[in-house]
Amino acid sequence: MEQFNLEIISPEKSFLIKNDALEVVVPAIEGYMGILKDHTPIISFLKPGIIDVKLNNESLNFYVDDGVVEFKNNTLSILTSNIFDIKDINKNNVDIIIKDAEEELKKENIKDQDRFILEKKIEVLNSLNIN
Amino acid sequence: MASLDDLKKRISSVKSTQKITKAMKMVAAAKLRKAQENAERGRPYSKKMSNIILNLSNGITDAENAPKLLTGTGQDKVHLCIVMTADRGLCGGFNSNIIKKAKAFFHKISKSGKELKIITVGSKGYDQLKRLYKSKIIERISFKESKNANFFDADKVGKIIIDKFEKKEFDVCTIFYNQFKNVITQIPQEQQIIPLITNEEKDKPSEENYEFEPDEDEILANLLPKNISTQIFKAMLENSASEQGSRMSAMDNATRNAGEMVDKLTIKYNRSRQAAITKELIEIISGAESL
Repeated sequence: MEQFNLEIISPEKSFLIKNDALEVVVPAIEGYMGILKDHTPIISFLKPGIIDVKLNNESLNFYVDDGVVEFKNNTLSILTSNIFDIKDINKNNVDIIIKDAEEELKKENIKDQDRFILEKKIEVLNSLNIN
Repeated sequence: MASLDDLKKRISSVKSTQKITKAMKMVAAAKLRKAQENAERGRPYSKKMSNIILNLSNGITDAENAPKLLTGTGQDKVHLCIVMTADRGLCGGFNSNIIKKAKAFFHKISKSGKELKIITVGSKGYDQLKRLYKSKIIERISFKESKNANFFDADKVGKIIIDKFEKKEFDVCTIFYNQFKNVITQIPQEQQIIPLITNEEKDKPSEENYEFEPDEDEILANLLPKNISTQIFKAMLENSASEQGSRMSAMDNATRNAGEMVDKLTIKYNRSRQAAITKELIEIISGAESL
């Protein structure tokens, strides 16, 4: 299969750089988006969800809060401020995040956009089923 | 002339000061390396971010409806200045250089009759500005508890700025920080972040024809607030590297000066001791001769 470059960058560091990505599925704001080699150049941004990375001989899953994706010249760049590997998180952490999000939702002057993002976040985290 | 005892005390006090400055220099050197690494690792994000924004703003056709964060409010009346300094002193000219730069800017603003608002990040900036500009400072932020510059803190500052912008409390926002060049040189910078000026690069047409999903405006509206936090974060990283670098060279100088001082005092001490001995000898000899 044909491979392309993937870079996931957080403000603090380059989180993941690979050059043997086969397929990456990202939670774009308007729905999940699968990216293969020779995709047309695109810019979009993310909603809370799971990034599904298929590499040559392994597959990785990450949870993201938000971020921007850009694909050009067969390089997929994902810029995100909050990302973690699903293997590395435990139930306690997830519960704390969900609780924070629920608190946030209770506020009255919340914007529709933010409400959507927060609800999505809770939904995704709940569906992870981590123990 | 100071007595021998006084000189001795003086020497030992300078020596202990030297020990402190030497230790501070070592600590700063270790921290500097880390801060520099952090600054380096943070660069890809901010670079990529400005790249994407550049590509997006090139794609915008309808300038009137473009997000205000990019194009500004169309006015230039109220200036918000974010002065970013350290929380600790003893780092040479680090803090005062930023303040000097900021004060020159403040002066220009007030002279042209525009309104000025200040947010200080880092307690040293507040300490130095409160005498002259107390009434202008609308907020003071300090991250004394945070060990390293982290994005979470930067995001907090970013959110405050965006919040104030949405409430139309200012038109133009400028940040002040020190750009790290090397250990000896840090360049104080003023950088306008709202509205975002991309004039110098705007002439370059974008090479790629991007697809946008959703449209450019919406992505920009989502991205620009993030870019503010990113810029603040970048400034914080540069600042922390500069602070350590500046402290290192300041403490290096202090250690060297203390060394020179100890040498001088030791010579003086030895001379006085010798003079006392000679005096006593002369007294004995002349006493013996007179017999």
